[in-house]
This record gives sequence, structure tokens and C-alpha cells, in this order.
Amino acid sequence: MEKANEKAYRLHLMVCAGTACVSNNSFGIKDALEKEINKQGLEDEVLVVTTGCNGFCERGPLLVVQPGNVFYQQLEEKDIPHLVEEHFLKGRPVKKLMYKPPKEKSPIPILSDINFFKKQVLIALRNRGLIDPEKIDEYIARDGYSALAKALTEMEPKQIINEVKDSGLRGRGGGGFPTGLKWEFVSKSSTNGQERYIVCNGDEGDPGAFMDRSILEADPHAVIEGMIIGAKAIGASKGFVYVRNEYPLAVSRLIKALEQARGYGLLGKDILGSGFDFDIKIVRGAGAFVCGEETALMASIEGRLGEPRPRPPYPAEKGLWDNPTCINNVETWANVPVIINRSADWYSNIGTKTSKGTKVFSLVGKINNTGLVEVPMGITLREIIEDIGGGIPDGKKFKAVQTGGPSGGCIPAKNIDLPIDYESLTEVGSMMGSGGMVVMDEDTCMVDVAKYFISFTQNESCGKCTPCREGTKAMYEILDRITKGEGKEEDIDLLEDLAKSIKDSALCGLGNTAPNPVLTTLKYFKDEYEIHIKEKKCPAHVCRELNTYTIDEKTCLDVGHGCDLCRKNCSANAISGETKTAHQVIQEKCIKCGVCYDVCRFDAVKVK
Amino acid sequence: MAKLTIDDLKKIKEKAKRRTELREGGDYRAKVTVHMGTCGIAAGARKIMNAFMDELEQSKSSDILLTNSGCAGLCSREPMATVELSGQAPIKYIDLTEQKTKEIFQKHVIGGNVVKKYALGKGSEKTDA
Amino acid sequence: MTQEIITEIIGKYEPDQSSLIAVLQDVQEHFGYLPKDALTDVSKELDVPLSRVLSLATFYSAFSLQPKGKHPVHVCMGTACHVRGAQPVLEAFERELGIKDGETSEDLEFSLDTVRCVGCCGLAPVVMVGEDVHGKISQSKVSRVTKKYKK
Repeated sequence: MEKANEKAYRLHLMVCAGTACVSNNSFGIKDALEKEINKQGLEDEVLVVTTGCNGFCERGPLLVVQPGNVFYQQLEEKDIPHLVEEHFLKGRPVKKLMYKPPKEKSPIPILSDINFFKKQVLIALRNRGLIDPEKIDEYIARDGYSALAKALTEMEPKQIINEVKDSGLRGRGGGGFPTGLKWEFVSKSSTNGQERYIVCNGDEGDPGAFMDRSILEADPHAVIEGMIIGAKAIGASKGFVYVRNEYPLAVSRLIKALEQARGYGLLGKDILGSGFDFDIKIVRGAGAFVCGEETALMASIEGRLGEPRPRPPYPAEKGLWDNPTCINNVETWANVPVIINRSADWYSNIGTKTSKGTKVFSLVGKINNTGLVEVPMGITLREIIEDIGGGIPDGKKFKAVQTGGPSGGCIPAKNIDLPIDYESLTEVGSMMGSGGMVVMDEDTCMVDVAKYFISFTQNESCGKCTPCREGTKAMYEILDRITKGEGKEEDIDLLEDLAKSIKDSALCGLGNTAPNPVLTTLKYFKDEYEIHIKEKKCPAHVCRELNTYTIDEKTCLDVGHGCDLCRKNCSANAISGETKTAHQVIQEKCIKCGVCYDVCRFDAVKVK
Repeated sequence: MAKLTIDDLKKIKEKAKRRTELREGGDYRAKVTVHMGTCGIAAGARKIMNAFMDELEQSKSSDILLTNSGCAGLCSREPMATVELSGQAPIKYIDLTEQKTKEIFQKHVIGGNVVKKYALGKGSEKTDA
Repeated sequence: MTQEIITEIIGKYEPDQSSLIAVLQDVQEHFGYLPKDALTDVSKELDVPLSRVLSLATFYSAFSLQPKGKHPVHVCMGTACHVRGAQPVLEAFERELGIKDGETSEDLEFSLDTVRCVGCCGLAPVVMVGEDVHGKISQSKVSRVTKKYKK
């Protein structure tokens, strides 16, 4: 911050001139101070200024002395001569005029003892909340770019690859392919004299997931450093970060970070004097979920339609412009510098047998503490939901958790003690995915959730292959009619058949996994489907076409005194009655929007 | 800017540490960090930043560092800010409003007293990295 | 006029096909949609067939061929928003504004669109009106939100 005054005073006396202090004679205090300061000949050393309200009005008039931050309170004019002589002339602050905080009854909790933080282990998020992401120096202050220095000067490319291989790091974008192994493939692919490329997949498309956005916003250099190390390992000279355009803050921070890294020569020619050249370009996505799929992403970087193509050949062999390309996602890259700094041994000590290190999840939905959590692999769902997440709001019952986005599935409450790793999640029919974790409670309808995800994949299907384009549409139509009370008994079998054939025949990962949300809800919550189909009811009252809203007239009149709020809010004029009379729902007019149920403060509106 | 060597990197590290870690004889006696990720901004972090800036300007202090950082992780309690005074554990404040911000600045940043009713906790998260 | 703007935008990028998406993004940002003239100009200047420009413009959801309202309303349909009631909120906006998802009001004041997750799941359900984020919204709060932007 700039100095406020050009003339250098030894002391600044800040007299509060807020309304409350003024009424407590703070101007009298100011005059008395100035008079006394002149008397002692201190006017060139001590400056008296007035400030706005201190917010501590009950202790006014207030005086703050800077530097030293001495806080005097409840001053009277008669105190001033003594104060000026003792403190400002002789340098002995007057204790009896200072504010003494009352004894604390209960101390402030230690952050790392708070359940939300206690079980988290921060590796990818190591700098969250600690550094200004727009200042490269602050990243460097926290060991930033020291792993790069080590990789460039002390390690051979092969050693870097081996270190990452030994760490057990696997792709954090969802696939879980061993990162070091991927690097090895790329480094061994023949280039025919062409370049190799590094790509960072930041096209975080799963709804309910924002891990990558948060890393790019909070710590962009972690990703950049990881990419440069990767480039050195595989011998690339050019890299691309593909970011969603819906993340303007991440894009702007990344642009700044790249400029600063370039300014320091951490990107460009002869990085850190090691002779190694590498630079990174940003490519903004244009709103197509399918571009999170690596072959579609590469097509989009090339300026083409973001449509996937069959693999093999994998990008490691034929990627961008048909050259060997190493694609990893944001979180994976952010882990790399730490592995190089702390060693593969250290990293592989965290986690389970097959899944090493930590995973970042975005914990959202029906949960008390929503947020971004980084936990060691192997932690149980219970620890995440109950301890870190603080349980379900309003005392509701936990029903399921959805992981893996539209490619994943719903894990029912009975599996709450499941330890989380790549394999265990796949075993229960879901997947790790990029890290979305949406918590659902008794008020969530699982048929509606299945319909939601299928409608999502249906909208985002690129249309190239028939199973995904037409198959998801057929599944959506079936689910839609079930939620409208028009389901048929054979629909469940039909859904299962469709799901299996889409899984087997779709072209890319998006299509192959699209049926997962339907399959897992059918597996664990078949009864909910059956109630929708047979009884034409939605137990969670989410499928509104199946709901009937009524008003309990006795409660409405006796408790709510006919408050009329429901009638005022009803956009369909489907409620009769007036203030101080009982209200009724006119069923033939009701559009079942449920607003009456939401606004009634007396629980008089019932839904069946 | 000249290209860095590995020695320069170490020098920058020391210099930046001196600036941000509020060490004895450092540049600042207090540091206020407003957590400004997308979620924080959506919840109103910019208003909080502006309120701190106004307070800082009015206080005419030159030894308070006001800065921003990314998301602190606990989205449901945004906007959040961290106040750290030299020699003391940082305090995280949650669910901030402009009014609370003013109070925190005056009582804690200027006055040295933690405003307990708005505080989530003290200290930092464990980072192993 | 359009031509000059297009030339300026294209000047920022490498003049080849790989810049096409970035160019269209800037055009979209400048005009609020992709005007027909602009697309023809882009096609000529980058020497890419118009059919290809159009295929990109219609494939990616960031692009719109229709003008949007002065106050574009985006209802987030991310999973967190969905389980916390985004659908009734969308329907309430449709009733309130008299337009359906994807449409623009006749006076060009409002347009209504759904978006994939905007990443503010902690505030779910979330609606964006222009740059303003409105969090923890419910269908009964919808008219209060739109009132702020009505003439």
C-alpha cells in the first residue's frame, strides 16, 4: 500500500469521528490532543487524524495509535495531558486507558480440528486460499517452480517418467489411466520428425463438478509447472490448455499466469538456463460437453467440430495434427510438481493399493457443507458425507450419492462404508469420474435423476454415432413417460436392453457410459420405478405431474388464519378463498407447480 | 524482465516470503486475504473486497496488506476472508457482509481483537505438499 | 462496419482454420450473437467455406444465430441445482417472462436459456441474469428477480 502522507510522522493518532464517538466528544479529544502535542513541541512528529466509524461504538471515544496499533478507549479530556506525555513523548503506552478484551468463554476452534478440514489432505489444492493467484512470486514463495528446477537440472527425462510411474498417479479426469505409463508411451512414439504435444484438459463438463475451475483460479502455476515438467519428460515443445469458456475467471488468471511465467523465462526458450524450450497456448472451449473426450477435444483445438473418433490409435500415438500427444487433466498436472519434489515413495504412501494419492471432489447437493474437498484415496463415503460434509440438512435421510457425472452412477446409502478408489466405485456400478459428488436425500426422486442425466447426455450427444444419438433419445422418452404416470410394465426391461446395447456399441466414452445413471438407479432403486409405473405415484413428490396438491382447510383457517399467501403466489388462479377464510385448490386449473406448497408457512398445503 | 536462473528463483522465494509471511521486521504487520474464486465472487466477495479497501483507505495505514486468493473450499459459507496479524494464527471469517467486514477491520485488523461471532476457526489447513 | 470489426478480431489470431472457434467466440461476444454478415465475412477472411463456419456455429452451444435479450437469463441446470429444484425455477421464469427456454422476448428485453453447470454449486439453485449471479433461488423468488431488470 502506498504511504498516505508524504511527510513522515513518527506517530499517527487516529481519532474516531463516527457518529457515536462524536456524540461522546471525540472532537473535544482531538482538540485536546492537538493542544497538548503543540505544548510538548511534538507537532512535527505526531499527526492527529480523524477516521470513520471504528464499529466499536460502545467503547468510544476511541483513539488508535499507529504504528504499534495501540487502542485507547473511553477517553476523557482530562486523560490527554498524561497520555501525550507518557506515550507520545516518553514512549510508554498508558495501559489503564487501553482496551482489555473480556476473557474468552470458549476459544475459537483450530481450523484443522474442524471436521470439514480435518480429514482433508491437500496436494493438488496445496495453495488454496494462501496465495494471490495473480502473483507468480507468491507461488514461488511456496516452493513453486522448484520441482521444475529439479526436473530440468538434476533429472533425465526417463527419470522423471519413472518417478511419476512409481508414484502410482492415475488420470484424475475420470479414466484413471496410469499417468507415468501414458508419458512413457508418448515419449516412445515415433514422431517422423514432427513435434510432440502436451495438452491440459480443462473442459470440465460434468454438471456439479468444479475442481478444475477452482485449481485454475486458485493456483494456475501449479498446472503450468506440471505441464512444463511433463513436456521435458516426453520431449514436447508446445502445449495447449483447453479451458471452458464458461470459466472467465479461470481463463483470465491463466492468461496472466502464462504471461508472468514467460516474463520470468519459465516458458519460452532456454528455460532456467537449461537449454529446454517449451511454451503453452490457451484454447477456449465453446460449450460442448463432448469436448471433454480427448479425441473430440483435440478436434476442437484444431478448429474442427468437436466430434470423437474411434480409438486406437490413441493420442499418445496420433494426437493433435496426427502427432504424439500427451493429454492429462488439470488436477493430474497439478499433482506432478509435488511428486517430483517429495518423491514417488512419499506420494505412493498415501491412498490404497491400486489408487495412490488424493482426489479432489466437489461435494454438492443435499449436504450441509458444500465445497471442494481433497481427500486421500481409500476414505469412506461416510467420512466424506457425515464428517466433512456435516450430514444432510434439515434432518433428512441420506439416500444416495452420485459420482462420475453423466458417466457415473448412484451409490445407495447401504454402501456408505465403501472406501473410495477407482476400483471400488466401478464395482458398485459408478465410477471415479472427474470428481463430482452429488448428495441426494429422501426428497430426491431416483427416476427423475436418471431422466435428468439421460436428458443431459441426449442434449450433449454430438450425433455422430447412432447408438448414442438415437438410443439415449429412446431412453429419455421412456423415462419421461414413467415420470408422467404413463409408464408401462415392460418399460423397465426395455430400458435395460437399450442401456446394454448403447454401452456395447457407442463410439466414445461419453456414449458407452451414458446409460450408467439409469442402470445404477434400476439396480438399487427399482422399487421407485415400480411405484411410478404401477401406482402412478412419485414417493419423493418430485415428478409433479403425479402430485395432487390440496389444502387442509382446518390448518389453513385455524393456524394460518387464511393468510392468502398461496393464492397471491398462484400463477394459474387455481386457489379459491380470501384473507381470513379457508382456501381450496381448484384441481382442474392447477398446473402443479407446487408454489403454494413452497410458500405456505403453516404446512396447510399437502402433497400426495 | 530478465530470464531467471535457479539462484534467482531462490532469491524471489526469500523476497516474496518476507513480504507475505508477516515476519518480524517484515513489510506488513497484518494481512487480509479475501477468497475470490467464482463461487466466492458469486456470493458477494467483490463487495467484501471493496469494503476492506474503503476501510483501509480511511485508516490511512501503510502496514496492512490487502490481497486476494482463490477459493478456500467451503463454498456454502462464502464470502470468506482470512485475517492474519503478525505473530498470531490466521483467523478465517465466514458468511461475510459489508457490515461485518467493517466490524472485522476495525476490531480485529486495527484493534487486534478477533471478532469471534463471525470466525470459523484459527490456524491454517494442513498441507503436506 | 461489421467488416471492420471482423478484420480487427481476425487480426488477433493466426490466420488459419484453427483460429475459427476463437474468432467466432469474439464475434459472439461483440454482437451478442453471430450475425449473418459477420459469418460471411469470417468465411471470406479465413478462407474457410461458409458451410463449415455454420457447422461450427450450430454445433457449439456458446454460439447463437439469434440475437439475445438485453438481459439474458441463464438458469443453471447442473446436478446440484437440479436436485435442489432448478426445473420449477425454470418453469417459473417461463411463466413470468412469457417465453420458453431458448427464446427471446419480442421487445428484446429478456432471453431465457438453460446452461450446464456454472460451478457455483454451493449456491444452488443458481440463475444468472447478465453478469449477476442470483443464488439459492426458488420459484417464489423469481418475480422479485425479474422485477429488478424490468423497464
